[in-house]
Amino acid sequence: MSMAQAIERFVPDGSTVAIGVSLEPLIPFAAGHEMIRQGRRDLELVGPISDSLFDQLIGAGCVRRVTAAWIGDVSEGLGHCYRRATEKGVPRAIEVHDHSNFSISLALWAAAWNSPYIPTRTLLGSDIVRVNPGLSLEAGLVQVKAVKPDVAIVHVQRADEHGRVQAWGPLGIAEEAGLAAGRVVITCEELVDETSLLRHPNRILFPETKVVAVVHEPGGAHPSPVQGYFNRDHAFFRDYAAASRTREGFDAWLKRWVLDVPDRSSYLEHVDLRALRIADG
Amino acid sequence: MAEAYTAQEMMVAVASREIRDGDLVFVGMRLPILAYAVAHDSHAPGARGLFEVGLMRDQPASSFLGTMGDPPNVVGALWATRMSNAMALLAQGSVDLGFIGGAEVDRFGNLNTSYIGEPARPTVKLPGSGGGADIAILSRRWVTLMSHERRRLVERVSFVTSPGHGDGSAGWRKRNGLLGGGPAAIITTLAVLRFPEGGGEAYLASVHPGSTVDEVRANTGWDLKLGSDLTETLPPTEAELAAIRRFDPDGFWTRS
Repeated sequence: MSMAQAIERFVPDGSTVAIGVSLEPLIPFAAGHEMIRQGRRDLELVGPISDSLFDQLIGAGCVRRVTAAWIGDVSEGLGHCYRRATEKGVPRAIEVHDHSNFSISLALWAAAWNSPYIPTRTLLGSDIVRVNPGLSLEAGLVQVKAVKPDVAIVHVQRADEHGRVQAWGPLGIAEEAGLAAGRVVITCEELVDETSLLRHPNRILFPETKVVAVVHEPGGAHPSPVQGYFNRDHAFFRDYAAASRTREGFDAWLKRWVLDVPDRSSYLEHVDLRALRIADG
Repeated sequence: MAEAYTAQEMMVAVASREIRDGDLVFVGMRLPILAYAVAHDSHAPGARGLFEVGLMRDQPASSFLGTMGDPPNVVGALWATRMSNAMALLAQGSVDLGFIGGAEVDRFGNLNTSYIGEPARPTVKLPGSGGGADIAILSRRWVTLMSHERRRLVERVSFVTSPGHGDGSAGWRKRNGLLGGGPAAIITTLAVLRFPEGGGEAYLASVHPGSTVDEVRANTGWDLKLGSDLTETLPPTEAELAAIRRFDPDGFWTRS
């Protein structure tokens, strides 16, 4: 399935979307950019830390709410679109449901296990409990309410056309996000033969019954790193952070890298992927 | 005359000395990644690093890291896993030391990385907790690093993202169910502030060479108490500087 078809079919307006769930690596930027091109609106984004992708979707006006632990640029700092949206309502106001990394993981595990809440000691004494309606104090513990995404979009190294998936390197909260979500859209570096994956069933990331689409999208995580394939493009993140300081700068960046680009293979014509490639995967 | 060094290099050297040999260290981002490498290289070869992205290591990565999730941090790792497994060790009280970056800290060591002003319509929206609140609540002791400015070291933070010693009263953390011992030090561009054992209010423990008590107090947003054994911070040693420059060869974190 093409990226455009997968987003068209499985990420309608108003969806709750878990994306960028492996923290810094494997961020499905190509999928996020397609959501922007198709003009998605009123999304709720769910994730742990988000290295620039949430900021871009917020700046493009796609987002109504974020449920996350951290939104910015990991090597550069503040998220400028995130700031404009929360401070000034530009391009639109958004709602923020603050979490910590641990509590967003627990919220997704709760949904994965079909449990309304999971109790924890983390966030005791933090004002995050005061401002997030999905968190409450009960019997000396914090109750973390389940967060159930409609769809999780996950970039991985390898998949087959039946939705069997392998990812490696640190996994962040990918597993709980996939199990919690109603459905999973996979974007992958390599589309491989099924027998090569099923030789190691312990390494299959999700039950294939969750996976509704597999999009073969090499380089689909750029500028984030992919273990065994690409290093992180630090300069690209730095350029985005500098450009997005102003709304005009962000709009120009978005036009150049997203709106005027029909798809990921065209985008990659403007990136030196070879310089980022890891020699021996 | 000692070799010239930057304020960031000073902070990394001081942070590295907080790591004890054999510690399990929740490393975090930016300068602490370098601090772990420097400590491992010198006095703490047995320290392990735990990264919330889902990694454990017993040696620093062999090349530069822009983030903890960069591929070189996975090569040679002891364990690559899901975040909730790393958090399990934190929740069990097995993490000896954590590092947290802060935008704003108060006299009781509470950190704000969420909102300046009203959360509903903030004047500044900061990125948020990340794993900061988890480290603050669950690790045995933790340290924060920040630029020493009056707007950052404030009397009380308006929003507690990562709790330190709360209202500063004795036993605040235990009473509220927090697991670990809380903040041990605030390492700044000018000085090191420490907390009494068991909690309470930060005091000035040492002043970096080139700064003065007056300068530190003028840049602190409360009436900072002086420690009884106030000293000058030991500058980075040659070995520490060499290690810092090996792990940050282009000065991405320490010279920009």
